[in-house]
Amino acid sequence: MLMKSMLISEFIIERNLDRCIVCRACERQCGFDAHQYDPEDDVMVSIDENCVGCQRCSYICPTNAITIRRNPTEFQPHAQWDANTIHNIMKQAETGGMLLAGMGNDRPYPIYWDHLLLNASQVTNPSIDPLREPMELRTYLGRKPDRVEIEETDGKPRLKTKLYPLVEIETPILFAAMSYGALSYNVCRSLAQAAQEFGTLFNTGEGGLHEKLYQYGDHAIVQVASGRFGVDEEYLNTGAIIEIKIGQGAKPGIGGHLPGEKVLADIARTHIYSIEDLRQLIFALKEATDYRKPISVKIAAVHNVASIASGIVHAGADIVAIDGFRGATGAAPVVIRNNVGLPIELALAAVDQRLRDEGVRNNVSLIVSGSIRNSADVIKAIALGADAVYIGTAALIAIGCHLCQKCHTGKCSWGIATQDPYKTRRVNPEIATRRLVNLLQAWSREITDTLGGMGINSIESLKGNRLHLRGVGLNQVELDILGVKHAGESL
Amino acid sequence: MNKSITIDAHGLPFVKLNREIKRAIAEGVTHISLLNVNGQRYIGDGLRGKLRITINGIPGNDLAAFMNGPEIVVYGNAQDCIANTMKKGRIIIHGNVGDLLGYAMRGGEVFVKGNVGYRAGIHMKACDKQIPVIVVGGTAADFFGEYMAGGIIILLGLNRQHNEPIAGDYTGTGMHGGIIYLRAEVPKEHLGKEVQIMKIEQQDKAILKKYIKKFAQEFGFDPDKILEAEFTKLLPMGKRPYGQKYAY
Ligand code: SF4
Ligand code: SF4
Repeated sequence: MLMKSMLISEFIIERNLDRCIVCRACERQCGFDAHQYDPEDDVMVSIDENCVGCQRCSYICPTNAITIRRNPTEFQPHAQWDANTIHNIMKQAETGGMLLAGMGNDRPYPIYWDHLLLNASQVTNPSIDPLREPMELRTYLGRKPDRVEIEETDGKPRLKTKLYPLVEIETPILFAAMSYGALSYNVCRSLAQAAQEFGTLFNTGEGGLHEKLYQYGDHAIVQVASGRFGVDEEYLNTGAIIEIKIGQGAKPGIGGHLPGEKVLADIARTHIYSIEDLRQLIFALKEATDYRKPISVKIAAVHNVASIASGIVHAGADIVAIDGFRGATGAAPVVIRNNVGLPIELALAAVDQRLRDEGVRNNVSLIVSGSIRNSADVIKAIALGADAVYIGTAALIAIGCHLCQKCHTGKCSWGIATQDPYKTRRVNPEIATRRLVNLLQAWSREITDTLGGMGINSIESLKGNRLHLRGVGLNQVELDILGVKHAGESL
Repeated sequence: MNKSITIDAHGLPFVKLNREIKRAIAEGVTHISLLNVNGQRYIGDGLRGKLRITINGIPGNDLAAFMNGPEIVVYGNAQDCIANTMKKGRIIIHGNVGDLLGYAMRGGEVFVKGNVGYRAGIHMKACDKQIPVIVVGGTAADFFGEYMAGGIIILLGLNRQHNEPIAGDYTGTGMHGGIIYLRAEVPKEHLGKEVQIMKIEQQDKAILKKYIKKFAQEFGFDPDKILEAEFTKLLPMGKRPYGQKYAY
């Protein structure tokens, strides 16, 4: 028997018919078939229940005739059973399936970045004018030696210590792992090109490197995940850094879900069961690339993240990448995305402290991710102990993502999370590259200015310098984990 | 012109042994004979091009990982994760091997005379028109062909005792591509729920003949005798064994 859906549309499409010229652009642009043309009356009709609120149509409409609003229909107010909860239950009652979503955790958990304040110089220590003084954002990723020895040959000083492989980036911001497959080729190319132009790195994700992007290999972090998609000896030797993907913040503990299950969902469960297994893989990769590349290990921030990170360092990794529970994804079961893991701020502080306590902090670089929204988040992350950050969501927003969270459908109206050639053309690689470079530049300028105000001329001197942070509105446990004093407390 | 060299691996840690191998290759050596190998890992890891390595002893884990071209012959048993993500080349093992043989292997051929451990053929896949092939003379432990996405695995069970199962439980669990051939009947309860038993067809016979001939040649068997027995073919049920799990 046919079952009438009880789902209420999440959005309402308002069309100003005085303005609408029936050009049908909205119909062509909507990835979710929410606009249709009625030839009998020669009008556009809206199918509200299909709309996901991506705003593509209102952006594209030449006469600004379309406004997308959240459906104001109110259920009886109930603190426990809100509209979202009711909607999800309805959906599951109608399908029997697990809920999937794209992007990161959208629940209102505390955002610790917003409870941390930065310091500035006043009277007792001078600030630095970044327009006059050289400011250093350059960062080196990889293992640092315990100490450096200099020797003199023919009266010239020479570095005696043999350095481990290091990769130089011009700003401590990298593009997070986003695979070709989840994203369109044009998007991957834009990320690669922007990384090259600005002097930073992009990350292939676990889908391999598109053959046309091998030319950007010097700016690539190439991922190796359990499914080993696209991994071979050439791929490994092409990247600047190799990253073993154990997990990601949006779905710790479970494997890859590519949109529309183009690649089988759930298969890519990780096959690493111990630190010994991990060590074996790290050295298999080092042997395959003659110890010329730093090896990164990416994990999701989970409850024992500090001991896990310590194990990873002892297993021989050169970089540990930690993805907080707000980290985005192309597709994740909602139950996991919204309920599993840790805020990156707490995970980072705990890991940095643990590695310092063990005296191995310099053995690795720490890269953190999971909803870095602006340059202030970057600065705070570095003060908490990170070497650099990954940005994923912010980079996609820069090129048009409107966070509708429907990446898993593969229908992205903005041409980002889709392979449909009609839609992928919507991202022009030249323009997208420019927008990404602009974002990196804007944030880097803000970081430089903020550092100057703090009286610091090099990002390296901020790293792990938690005295530059104070907490507001945090309890003692939170302050202790973050390793910061409360605002108002002095040294 | 073939240039050969012999390296005594006795007491050499893997880093040194592999460095010596690479140095020899850089000097134009095309045939390397390793003696007294005793658990050294990563032999052949990431090596490419025309090269033959013979190993006397027991190579350690990740033999031929990421390998792209060479041939490796092992006169003895071998350990875990052999041919991990291998792209091209041949491996011939005159003994038994441990777990995870051919993990994510994407091309090339592996012939094992004896038995294989758990999860052999896991994540194997066919890429860029290359079809990885594994032929095993003995039996396999549980989770044979797990998550297999492409390629061919042939399990012969030549050394089986009466009534001994050819493969352990959960054969083909999560399989979504490729073919498994077993030289025996397999009870359904030994199979993962994502695979189905199919009839052997003409084209299967051609595949079996081709690779069993190669196998027999390496280890001195009579291929016709091996081919006389009945074979079972396993194929995945569908490309989306978990498709019903989600609501969009
Ligand atoms: S383009 Fe986006 S906002 Fe417009 S109707 Fe379609 S789904 Fe809704
Ligand atoms: S990438 Fe596309 S589908 Fe995903 S959230 Fe952004 S706009 Fe929506």
